[in-house]
Amino acid sequence: MSSQLDPQAQEDLLNPRERSFTQRLATAADWRSAILIPFLAVISALIIGLIMIILTGSSFSEAMNAYLALLDGSVGSLRAISETLTAATPLMLAGLSVALAFRAGLFNIGGEGQALIGGMFAVWVGFSITGLPIFIHLPLAIIAGILGGAIWGFIPGILKAKTGAHEVITTIMLNYIALRLVDFLLKTTMFQREGRNDPVSKNIEVSAEYPTFLSGIDSALRVHAGLFVALGAAFLIYWLLFRTTIGFEFRAVGANPSAARYAGISVTKVYILVMLIAGALAGTAGAGQVLGVLGRTTPGFTADLGFDGIAVALLGRSNPWGVVAAAILFGGLRAGGQQMQVSASVGIDLISVIQALIIIFVAAPALISAIYRLKTPVASAQISKGWGA
Amino acid sequence: MELELRGITKAFPGVLANDNVSLTARSGQVLALIGENGAGKSTLMNILSGIYRPDSGEIVLDGKVQKFHDPGEAIKAGIGMVHQHFMLVPVFTVAENVVLGVEPTFFGNILNAKKANKEVQEISQKYGLAVDPKAKIEDLAVGLQQRVEIIKVLLRGAKVLVFDEPTAVLTPQEVIEFFGIVAELKSRGATIIFITHKLKEAIAIADSITVLRGGKVVGHADPKTTTQEELAAMMVGRPIDLTVNKAPAQPGAPVLTMSSVTMTDDMGRALLDDINLEVRAGEIVGVAGIQGNGQTELIEAITGLLPLAKGQIKLKDMDITGSKPRQIHRDGVAHVPEDRNEMGMIGSFTVAENLVLDSYYSQPYSHGVRLQRGAIDEGARILVKDYDVRPPHIENMASALSGGNAQKMIVAREFSRDVPLVLCAQPTRGIDVGSIEYIHEQIVRKRDEGVAILVVSTELDEIFALSDRIVVMFDGKIVATLNTSETDPTQVGLYMAGKNS
Repeated sequence: MSSQLDPQAQEDLLNPRERSFTQRLATAADWRSAILIPFLAVISALIIGLIMIILTGSSFSEAMNAYLALLDGSVGSLRAISETLTAATPLMLAGLSVALAFRAGLFNIGGEGQALIGGMFAVWVGFSITGLPIFIHLPLAIIAGILGGAIWGFIPGILKAKTGAHEVITTIMLNYIALRLVDFLLKTTMFQREGRNDPVSKNIEVSAEYPTFLSGIDSALRVHAGLFVALGAAFLIYWLLFRTTIGFEFRAVGANPSAARYAGISVTKVYILVMLIAGALAGTAGAGQVLGVLGRTTPGFTADLGFDGIAVALLGRSNPWGVVAAAILFGGLRAGGQQMQVSASVGIDLISVIQALIIIFVAAPALISAIYRLKTPVASAQISKGWGA
Repeated sequence: MELELRGITKAFPGVLANDNVSLTARSGQVLALIGENGAGKSTLMNILSGIYRPDSGEIVLDGKVQKFHDPGEAIKAGIGMVHQHFMLVPVFTVAENVVLGVEPTFFGNILNAKKANKEVQEISQKYGLAVDPKAKIEDLAVGLQQRVEIIKVLLRGAKVLVFDEPTAVLTPQEVIEFFGIVAELKSRGATIIFITHKLKEAIAIADSITVLRGGKVVGHADPKTTTQEELAAMMVGRPIDLTVNKAPAQPGAPVLTMSSVTMTDDMGRALLDDINLEVRAGEIVGVAGIQGNGQTELIEAITGLLPLAKGQIKLKDMDITGSKPRQIHRDGVAHVPEDRNEMGMIGSFTVAENLVLDSYYSQPYSHGVRLQRGAIDEGARILVKDYDVRPPHIENMASALSGGNAQKMIVAREFSRDVPLVLCAQPTRGIDVGSIEYIHEQIVRKRDEGVAILVVSTELDEIFALSDRIVVMFDGKIVATLNTSETDPTQVGLYMAGKNS
């Protein structure tokens, strides 16, 4: 008996049953969509970026210099690598938050709000408790961040489970609430630094800071221990998703909620738990920025972390290790962009454009397949059913 | 209009869906096209209706070679498809649906409803397709909705009518009416292609029969002289036993007892209305009925997926009313759901994962929260072998299995459990004859082991082949309980249509 598929199975493969938008975007069926498409998406975005630099009046050699500066600023030196990893650390956690939710069929747009609340919890524990050793104070602050994010993720989870409210709507709204809540809290005596009228929090204690483990070599090396927390989280999420009964339930609900229900899985329980963990991950990202980089909070201190997390999760195809790789790439673009701005006077806004282009290409794999003439039956076999006219 | 296909070939990566297919359909005749799923029927029809373009070969209408670039051109050329799943807007009237896309208008954009009604009236009178143009689609029975689809095709000037599994959703009485319509269309010179897997109907209605297997035409048959067995053998490529061999049932103690079970929807309408049903150990009870008369709700009530408004459900002596689905499952109810792809399996999961879809949380498949991949794979290897799932690769995605093998995988998962009650909803819907034969054998084997079995099917043949007793559902009620040996399809068909004979 050969392993060749029979005709019916072939037809099913050619005309895959409709999958939801998030499922299609977030998970990869084979190596082609897992690695080749994202890789080509990055290349294509960089080429278009190059054309855009030239269109804005630079010569080709100037444009190439800008890209060399980008490369130099992201991996060209120990300091560049440190900057890349520093930028990548929160992106990993925010990306994991979105990726986990994708796996369970949920679209967590609320990473921003969850990171903000997580950061506020962490900063409060960071400045209000004094006299603790670092091995107690730092973990406490991290746990506070996890808790804050988890609370902000739990709300849309329970709303979806109990009332059916769509998580996209509720998480967007909770982002606004979190943003303004931070503005408000930073003006209260509980958070605002003494002697300041602008909204800025008190500074955290040294004992709550993530250690910068390379600062012994060069004090400018900012990469901090939050990196290991992020990598640990990636491992933990991978293990949870693929090695445990909980992850089995998450993936089952994400892939086919009705079959999961028929198999006796409580879909509502999964929704609540997933949003709780996704919120905790985003909260850890926000807390990491506070404890590892900023040392305090200001309005909008997360700087669109939650939204970048969506991009990272999409590029990483919701695989925890894919997310880590995508976060490092985006971190590199961020760090290199600074260098590009300084030495080649090409605005850092170009980086946002390149990031956006990457995501467009990843979201439209048919485009990549057409440009590079890949043989991809899946993308071209979209047939219409019924009356054509 | 005479339709001829000459040497149609269409390949997809890795498979030849149509291999040099030639056939002829003549004006005023019915050509039945039969074949199993995957034989290439759908591909051929998609080519005919302009959705796919053939790699080679020609479509010839009245001696003229046609090239369709899109479905619109096929419709213009006179080819009309009546799909198995109707493409109608439920809240629109019959006339509005019929003229959708070709509306008669005032000033180019205001719908001329009067003219639309008149056009529909004319066609329905001409072809004897009685239907009220002003009725809303959602208020019509399925048989009438099908007429609307036919009128739609005729209004667009179709001379060649292609029916894709037209009787799948009809009651036995509606099937007879449908055959009348086909005869009328024939007498007016229409060319009719009738795609089906129901051999009995092909023999009853066709003037000639063409059999497809593996993308090729494997034979033609004359409906006047052929038999179902002969056609089945041509379709499958080996002799097939169409009857289910079983000894008389030896019913034991009641296993499932439902008393006064009532279920309502959000609006308070009864989905299940005072259901009293008993299934005993060692018997197969078949639930007959047209789809949508409460069968789905009956199964969901027993499995705990939907809450009851009132009534009681007992499994042996245990009251399982209101228990959670997982608890009922563990108490001893196995369930093959009615929709394989939507409810029974997860296409993007592996075969091994699907085989533990409802038992992954228990020993030996997990310890605490840790999945035991080794135990899962080992169990899966045994099951695919025992239940003949092909190809037997447990690491394949379930979506790569054919319908029949996917169903065998689900049957393997549910039948391998040692439980007193097995629920099978549409156990053989849309699968190949070989798999149907196999699954029917397994159901009878399970019965002979002393398991109580409830089979829900919209296929009367299947109900009669398997059941020891038959209950008929109509509008959420059980309208008849009959011994299989003391009834016949006509009587059951009348109950299915809600006529208390």
